[in-house]
Amino acid sequence: MAQMRLAPGNGSTPDPTSHRGPQDSWLRRNRQTLAPLLFLAPGVIFFLFYVIFPILQSFNLSFYRWDGLGEPQFIGMENYRELLDDRAFEVSLWNNLKWLLLYLLAIPAGLFIALFLNQTVTGIRLYKSLFFFPFVISQVVVGLVFSWFYDPTFGLLNQVLGWVGLGPLNVLGDPTLVTYGIIAAGLWPQTAYCMILYLTGLNAVDPEQVEAARLDGAKGAKMLWYVIIPQLRPATFVAFVVTIIGALRSFDLISIMTNGGPFGSSRVLSFYMFEKALSEYGFRMGYGAAIAVVLFLIMLCFIAYFLWSMYQDDKGGR
Amino acid sequence: MNTLKGTVAGIALSLGLATAAQAELSGTLKIFSDMSNPAPRAVMEQMAAEFDAMHPDLAVELTVIDREAYKTQIRNFLSANPPDVANWYAANRMRPYVSAGLFEDISDLWNEPEIADALASTKGAMTLDGKQWGVPYTYYQWGVYYREDVYKELGLEEPGDWDTFKANCQKILDSGRKCFTIGTKFLWTAGGWFDYLNMRTNGYDFHMALTNGEISWTDDRVKQTFANWRELIDMGAFIDNHQSYSWQEALPFMVKGEAAAYLMGNFAVAPLREAGLGTDQLDFYQFPAINPDVELAEDAPTDTFHIPSGAQNKEAAREFLRFVVSADNQTKINSGDALGQLPVNSNSSVDDDEMLNQGFAMLSSNSPGGIAQFFDRDAPAEMASVAMEGFQEFMVFPDNLEDILNRLEKARERVY
Repeated sequence: MAQMRLAPGNGSTPDPTSHRGPQDSWLRRNRQTLAPLLFLAPGVIFFLFYVIFPILQSFNLSFYRWDGLGEPQFIGMENYRELLDDRAFEVSLWNNLKWLLLYLLAIPAGLFIALFLNQTVTGIRLYKSLFFFPFVISQVVVGLVFSWFYDPTFGLLNQVLGWVGLGPLNVLGDPTLVTYGIIAAGLWPQTAYCMILYLTGLNAVDPEQVEAARLDGAKGAKMLWYVIIPQLRPATFVAFVVTIIGALRSFDLISIMTNGGPFGSSRVLSFYMFEKALSEYGFRMGYGAAIAVVLFLIMLCFIAYFLWSMYQDDKGGR
Repeated sequence: MNTLKGTVAGIALSLGLATAAQAELSGTLKIFSDMSNPAPRAVMEQMAAEFDAMHPDLAVELTVIDREAYKTQIRNFLSANPPDVANWYAANRMRPYVSAGLFEDISDLWNEPEIADALASTKGAMTLDGKQWGVPYTYYQWGVYYREDVYKELGLEEPGDWDTFKANCQKILDSGRKCFTIGTKFLWTAGGWFDYLNMRTNGYDFHMALTNGEISWTDDRVKQTFANWRELIDMGAFIDNHQSYSWQEALPFMVKGEAAAYLMGNFAVAPLREAGLGTDQLDFYQFPAINPDVELAEDAPTDTFHIPSGAQNKEAAREFLRFVVSADNQTKINSGDALGQLPVNSNSSVDDDEMLNQGFAMLSSNSPGGIAQFFDRDAPAEMASVAMEGFQEFMVFPDNLEDILNRLEKARERVY
């Protein structure tokens, strides 16, 4: 290329770009391709290093037995075989499923609160803030508040149950109730989140369509189902995504409220992975990685669905 | 310079001038400590300052790390950035670091007469594979702390055997109280009950063999321990809903007089006193014998100092460990206004405290069977977590015992 520049306009080497003169470097010619690559580079590099690479590392680690100190020892599928036989893992998996299903209740609940609050009365901003409040406070605080609420001796729940003549209930100490108790605590902030998403969504609802529907005699549930909700589709999609992610990440509430107990009945996969790999009595890195891989595969189903659905939207938009 | 120093040290040693060798300490001594609670922190800072003053050429660098965070950080810093001295715990809790070659073998220190004689009672806890890997600096007794006034009101005596223990409990229950408070949310408190019941039923050696994985969890002798435990559970001896409380949250039951006693470590005394229990309301007794054929043995968890094998200044580190366990220092750091626990050096004096005196007497003269560390320090971490979860489940659903023991047995086969 240097030679080309040294011999501009040389008839024996027909070069379509040569007429632009010597400043015309490779960099200049390719800047259309380079610029986006350059802008993408930081993101891509960080994504590779902090997301893709650790994922591959976890996959690899799940085939080893390693305590984090000595030499890792390759054991093939042994960790996964142990998982199949591990009751604590089974409990965690079922709990994850409960979380996924019940956490979705936040979406309709959020929608109805949003519909309820979507009106103009004095002080509506205050009411909205009050409903939004649980989302602003930390999950740790939510966990503490609900632990006190459920407390078997002085908790509000048992006081109220006492008034209507129902026996004391130790929600967080009962292996059959504990997961539902924690999910209820998690729904409080999650509902607020969905509510905000729907409140902004409702602002975008086309009043003319509502007007037209009203002229056609639609009202109540029909109006909601056929006119409002279809227009809220983008908000619903986002609410669905954040709720699924929230359900799979449910770690802090469990850690604060029960520490996985009683006797491990409120664990979910993420908590179990932490316990096995990183907690005081853990440090089975390979086994923890195997749990993480399973959790990743579950998440992958949802991620694939989200990506596919966004891709479809994109295609439709064009 | 170095060769000169070496020669001087060599001459000093050959002349047997130990003090001259001490004065040779130079450079820096890096200490990582987990003594982050206010009282222990003050003790640690004071020890570092004092040792610094004793050795003018030596700079002592102390880093205090939060006690819980330390448990995970130690894994990183021992291999990546080892200090010269680090805190840890005795018995099997040392195992991962000893196996990975991260702790220095300091059997040479334990061969020195001052340490060998004065610290004999804790030597077992510091020994793995026939070598010693650290020195203790404090320990405390476990036992039954009880409401003296409640016992007096009901006309009860400190029990000396299992039948009296149960009869007392029945009377307490009849008076509308619970016999024992406990909070098993974080599991280990149930481990304390298992330790005592098993050591009293089957003895210290059996207990150690069990925590070392040499005995099956489905063994009939283990089942006997659980049968004894079940007698208490079926009586309703323990407070309800204990699976929802931490050990601190279980304290108010005793303070309010709703429960008469607490099987706990001596660290429970301070919060109980702060909550308003006076000396005539709070007292201590040794867990009574169950099987008269086995010798009494106690839990006395020991906290320790170690030298990482990657330490830079091992000479100074060894000197620091000698200083920590010396009789004077032990008296000082374990006194009531400092750690308020038991000194490990038998030549030290115990603070004049009702509980500490009883504990010291118990451990030095009435624990012929041996001194255990605690379930989660004697058993490997993984076994401990599975087992303590099983204990908690047993305390809530005693009928699940068969299933629990099979699970523990499966874990035992894998862990060891």
